[in-house]
Amino acid sequence: MRSLIDILDLNTDEISQLIDKANDIIANPAKYSEKCRGKKLATLFFEPSTRTRLSFEAAMYELGGNVLGFSAAQNSSAAKGESVADTAKTTSCYADIIAMRHPKEGAPLVAAMNATVPVINAGDGGHNHPTQTLTDLLTIYREKGRLDNLTVGFCGDLKFGRTVHSLISALSRYENIKFVLISPEELKLPSYVKEVLKKNNLEYVQTTDLDSVMPELDILYMTRVQRERFFNEEDYLRLKDSYILYPERLVNAKADISILHPLPRVNEISVAIDDDPRACYFKQVLNGKFIRMALILKLLEVE
Amino acid sequence: MKIDSIKNGFVIDHITAGNAMKIYNLLGLGNLDCRVALITNVPSNKMGKKDIIKIDDDIVIDTDILGFVDPNATVNIIKDEVIVDKKKLELPEKLTNVIKCKNPRCITSVEQELPQIFNLTDKEKQVYRCLYCETKANNA
Repeated sequence: MRSLIDILDLNTDEISQLIDKANDIIANPAKYSEKCRGKKLATLFFEPSTRTRLSFEAAMYELGGNVLGFSAAQNSSAAKGESVADTAKTTSCYADIIAMRHPKEGAPLVAAMNATVPVINAGDGGHNHPTQTLTDLLTIYREKGRLDNLTVGFCGDLKFGRTVHSLISALSRYENIKFVLISPEELKLPSYVKEVLKKNNLEYVQTTDLDSVMPELDILYMTRVQRERFFNEEDYLRLKDSYILYPERLVNAKADISILHPLPRVNEISVAIDDDPRACYFKQVLNGKFIRMALILKLLEVE
Repeated sequence: MKIDSIKNGFVIDHITAGNAMKIYNLLGLGNLDCRVALITNVPSNKMGKKDIIKIDDDIVIDTDILGFVDPNATVNIIKDEVIVDKKKLELPEKLTNVIKCKNPRCITSVEQELPQIFNLTDKEKQVYRCLYCETKANNA
């Protein structure tokens, strides 16, 4: 029985297999429509989410399975003070696999240590979000045809952006990736993620200036400055509009740059960019469902 | 200053000066019935000055805690007033319930019954990180 808590729980061969499987699902959806008949996915969401929860639920339904769960902590026994460990043990009695989102970092790991069914981390605080990373990797692969030899810019909130941390960890295992880290001083990448880059002798630059690095980027990964990660509203208001991507900023970008965003966006990407063929963020949403289908199949050991 | 020799027990030697009290507390030596001597600022050729702890009982010492607080310390095992073994300490790979995670976003901040587990992630720089949230421990 395996769980997915951190993207590094999967080696690069397994990630390739998941990408291949997702591509096969996209090409032949009918082949997979009954694969999880009789199986149940529990979505335990202690923190609000639209995309991730709906994506997991859609994925399970498209595999012919069923879904149960809750979408806010106040609708669960956590409101009565139940521990994550007990919730995991209880849910294991009802479901074949668990997807958990929790505001506290490490909660899905605690669940995995106590559940008797596989647990998927669907986001834990500002820490990890491995299925978003799989989504991002599938999107990059489908847009670029490779996961190596890329210059990848990360822009916005690199401090609390868990999707950024997970994607950097994942990409650090591929050849010749150059990381360009664009953020205000207050939202720079945390030291533990930078340690990964240093340990692997990976090339990275830190800058506050998006425009100066735009021409070299193959991928631009935009992020939202997240209100829920700040303890103080003043800091949030000061930093929320640090980087806004509007069409004029793309003038110097490569003709084939791929713009990704884990969504939801607030105002950091102008809607005027949505119709630009280089905008990939809604394709990314769709890819998220397919890669989660591939992951559920893998963890349930369904061929 | 004269401190009686030990019959059966331990001498924790080469403790970095100033660390003895921390080790005394972390190992719970205050709860023992036997004689425990805590000697600080002892002149040392190698270290300038050092601390020493002598324990006159055959207890089990948590060398993980010791290795974490002061990996340069040595443990001499005494039987019938003779040193029978010398142990060099190493940084433990894993620390359980020795230090606490200070990250207010960590699951351990709200679920206090969870064991506080830290893993050694960088031996050279002696970096420990919380198992749950990966926050760096403050070793000091």
